[in-house]
Amino acid sequence: MTGNAFEYAPAPESRAVVDLASSYGLFINGQFTAGVSASSFKTINPATEEVLAEVTEASEADVDHAVAAARRAYERVWSAMPGRERGKYLFRIARLVQERSRELAVAESLDNGKPIRESRDTDLPLVAAWFFYYAGWADKLEFAGRGADPQPLGVAGQVIPWNFPLMMLAWKIAPALAAGNTVVLKPAETTSLTALLFAEICQQADLPAGVVNIITGAGATGQALVRHPGVDKVAFTGSTAVGRAIASSLAGTDKRLTLELGGKAANVVFDDAPLDQAVEGIVNGIFFNQGHVCCAGSRLLVQESVQAEVLDRLKRRMATLRIGDPLDKNTDVGAINSAAQLARIRELSATGDAEGAERWSAPCTLPEHGFWFAPTIFTGVSQAHRIAREEIFGPVLSVLTFRTPQEAVDKANNTPYGLSAGVWSEKGSRILWMAEQLRAGVVWANTFNKFDPASPFGGYKESGYGREGGRHGLAGYLR
Amino acid sequence: MTTLLSEAASPESALRRFLSGLPGVDQVGAEARAAMLSTRSIKTSAKAYALDLAIAMVDLTTLEGADTPGKVRALAAKALRPDPTDATCPSAAAVCVYPDRVATAREAVGDRLHVASVATAFPSGRSSLVVKLRDTADAIAAGADEIDMVIDRGAFLTGQVQQVFDEIVAVKEVCAAAGSGADRPVHLKVILETGELATYDNVRRASWLAMLAGADFIKTSTGKVQPAATLPVTMVMLEAVRDFRVATGRQVGVKPAGGIRGAKDAIRHLVVVNEVAGPDWLAPDWFRFGASSLLNDLLLQRQKLTTGAYSGPDYVTLD
Repeated sequence: MTGNAFEYAPAPESRAVVDLASSYGLFINGQFTAGVSASSFKTINPATEEVLAEVTEASEADVDHAVAAARRAYERVWSAMPGRERGKYLFRIARLVQERSRELAVAESLDNGKPIRESRDTDLPLVAAWFFYYAGWADKLEFAGRGADPQPLGVAGQVIPWNFPLMMLAWKIAPALAAGNTVVLKPAETTSLTALLFAEICQQADLPAGVVNIITGAGATGQALVRHPGVDKVAFTGSTAVGRAIASSLAGTDKRLTLELGGKAANVVFDDAPLDQAVEGIVNGIFFNQGHVCCAGSRLLVQESVQAEVLDRLKRRMATLRIGDPLDKNTDVGAINSAAQLARIRELSATGDAEGAERWSAPCTLPEHGFWFAPTIFTGVSQAHRIAREEIFGPVLSVLTFRTPQEAVDKANNTPYGLSAGVWSEKGSRILWMAEQLRAGVVWANTFNKFDPASPFGGYKESGYGREGGRHGLAGYLR
Repeated sequence: MTTLLSEAASPESALRRFLSGLPGVDQVGAEARAAMLSTRSIKTSAKAYALDLAIAMVDLTTLEGADTPGKVRALAAKALRPDPTDATCPSAAAVCVYPDRVATAREAVGDRLHVASVATAFPSGRSSLVVKLRDTADAIAAGADEIDMVIDRGAFLTGQVQQVFDEIVAVKEVCAAAGSGADRPVHLKVILETGELATYDNVRRASWLAMLAGADFIKTSTGKVQPAATLPVTMVMLEAVRDFRVATGRQVGVKPAGGIRGAKDAIRHLVVVNEVAGPDWLAPDWFRFGASSLLNDLLLQRQKLTTGAYSGPDYVTLD
């Protein structure tokens, strides 16, 4: 008995826990309603291309209705309600999220393509944690550092991306509601389902009508929402290009704006790093959620003296990644969210080849249907390559090297972005020095992609402005 | 100063520098990785494979002051035929006893199983080298073909790594000398007693120290100290044997012992073996479980998988 292969049998999570309707309306004023124009689009499972449901495309008139409902709820109910009462609703939502977490996790993996292990062990626990955390703030706003009697802003128009659909919803809705605002939220067009299930949770929690409104649709719907004159505050998470367009469309209005945009984070590995954990951190940094992470560690900066050893270990580790059915409990890397995103990853990777970087992909068999991209690293990348500068938003790592700590800092900061960074070293003083030098909103030391509702998150430079999470996250929703 | 400088070039100093120059282990990251691997869902055919493999990897152990020849014979019978109702059930890998019970164990199992003996003043190791070597030789003379020695943790913790190294080398020589004349080689398992080493950095250093000194297996614990085998400790040791093979070409086995009581826990260990060291270690020659009560839970789970129903403690044998 030597060298037997330990083949893990399929261990799929049951789809039966999710009861999806064949079509969904818009959630306005506490009710699911048909859209005015009755136009709709299909949402698909990116792992199989199977149609999951028809989703309504909200028109300008629908946006109008939603904003009006939010305004009524703001003026008549929510802003006048004592904080401790608002907190009770948020606690109730948090508990309902926990109760329905298995169902929500399966729905998230179906619609988004992410592995069930991540939606179950990362996304859903954080969603509940975010609501619990901000529920606690609702009656303590005078201690948020915004003066003795901070006031809500009014109606928040929120547009969120497809990479962490429910988590981004929680990051937006929980602080807004805790601070006394009402919201109109538009999920991304490829991942509307969990937001619609969340609308059911709002009904279950008896949340007053109009406090949360969910309108589905694509770019035009989002544009109508952020430009709507009845919106007092816009919060957007997504690409830098769209963020820039929103910022210019809001110029000259008195709307508040927070943006959480792209990133090209450096994950800096020194020669005295705990190498096995650093390799885990590199893998977690770029292959977590298929690399569809704005704060992904997409640039590995490795000290030249350990480059060969780190790359050997990284490739060996990548060969054990399990790519496939997102609903299988043993899957590590799931499907790319859409055909469009897959095309972009392929296009940018091709520029890596063309510009002379060396591509290595983990040996794996990709499923025939759906959108898939093998975990890939590029070595021999320099600062001048497009794959070192542009956000790929996929499972593609660019490997660069450095010789001294200062060179690591210079290269890490030499990007238009500044969302996150990682430092791997067993030397505490060096970590503190790096954290001081790195121009990034989050610096992780000997870990990566760790989130907590008490910890503020946000960017420098083209990664946006404003913070989400923690006491700082309330600032965007209070005056 | 002169003494310090002369020491800088000494073999002990070189060894210590080598060990402390090994990459550190970040505790939080290591434990997170082990926890993530614990979420692997091993079902149906994979579970059947893992249960049989785990049974075949058990060093069925009794290390009590109250051990009698009768107790050892019963243990040997259980190791040979863990499930008397099912002929397809594999045997355990070995029986593991104190040196003075080796003869009884060997008589009972014949050549069908390995007989492992703890030695070197187990479990504390607090005795002179002469006694430790004689203890080892006695066990081998009585028929042991695997020696589970303990390292001198006191020496390790005070930085006297050369002393630890030399002791392992000396015990290894006794094993090798005995093995060369016998029909089968005598393998040396080196017990690090990771619960007393306390940090993962120490576990990694002690693993390398033992392998450099000639260990055929590195083993977590005596079972007499808590905590004994934990999943992250086993994982750090598996990383060490993996890296040691890359560096030297020589493959060393790993044996977690103490504290692994359930089939689920054993399967988690096999997942870590598979994904950290690699499938080359998925065999009784390269991975063992030092356990007593684990075997019965493996058997219960195996029966459940075969028959579809849980039986109960009276459907597996007591010993």
